[in-house]
Amino acid sequence: MLRFANPSNFLRLAAVLVPAGAVLSALTLTLGLYLAFFVAPADYQQGQTVRIMYVHVPAAWLAMFCWGTMTLAALGSLVWRHPLADAAQKAAAPLGAAFTFVCLVTGSLWGKPMWGTWWVWDARLTSVLVLFIMYLGLIALWRSVDEPAKAGRAAAILTLVGSINLPIIKFSVDWWNTLHQPASVFRVGGPTIHPSMLWPLLTMAIGMTLLFITLHLMATRNEVLRRRLRRRAILAAEAGDSRDTPRPLQPQEA
Amino acid sequence: MSAHAWFILASYAIATLAIGGAALAIVLDYRALKRALDKLPASPDEEARK
Repeated sequence: MLRFANPSNFLRLAAVLVPAGAVLSALTLTLGLYLAFFVAPADYQQGQTVRIMYVHVPAAWLAMFCWGTMTLAALGSLVWRHPLADAAQKAAAPLGAAFTFVCLVTGSLWGKPMWGTWWVWDARLTSVLVLFIMYLGLIALWRSVDEPAKAGRAAAILTLVGSINLPIIKFSVDWWNTLHQPASVFRVGGPTIHPSMLWPLLTMAIGMTLLFITLHLMATRNEVLRRRLRRRAILAAEAGDSRDTPRPLQPQEA
Repeated sequence: MSAHAWFILASYAIATLAIGGAALAIVLDYRALKRALDKLPASPDEEARK
């Protein structure tokens, strides 16, 4: 495993995995959308509006999964000081922000016809909004510090501290009275959702997870290349400086 | 057509735009990085690893 954590080996691995991941995620998402729109039944209470669930729930899972991935990368960055862990962490933040944004907006679009409101300040919605703001904070932190190693350490600490929000999001519906429904898939005692809706949901979740993994590999590859570009630019500038600066006279030339 | 079709369509459209936009940004960034890297010579440690 650590062999692939070498940036050069990672680039070779990514060249194989990215096309495979893109094809697999496209196929799974196509199947998932077909199941969600043409096979899954309408809900007896919500009607057709339940179809928003097939994009909202996987986006919510990925919003949390992405922060979990970043937490592991943050540990790799702080404990082993591995540059690839830094790159993986930085690459994940914009993707996590995108999935959290999708979760919030689709939740709002689902809430309006079902709850009669776009937004309420209840525990689940507010904790997910906090997650979105933390993603934006991390992106801003990476952009505000020039030195990648220093930015990586600060971002890793913020990520580890922010991971405390994950159990709050998960259990917010159990700990507090909320408008949001309790867990119906990942719960003690098994899913309460009917298989005719569960399978399309799981297919969409697998497709979106494959898409996230593929995009994360691509974004991490970009980070590795950005650092390589930075190193080449520094070497080129140093070589340019040494050509421009007159060489001091050596003793034997004097 | 469901009475709430607009909400369903908007959900999938926004998801496609947000995630598709992120994917497009990554692809464009990759192309720009490759172009910039091609303009600079490889560092000695990269040459050694080839």
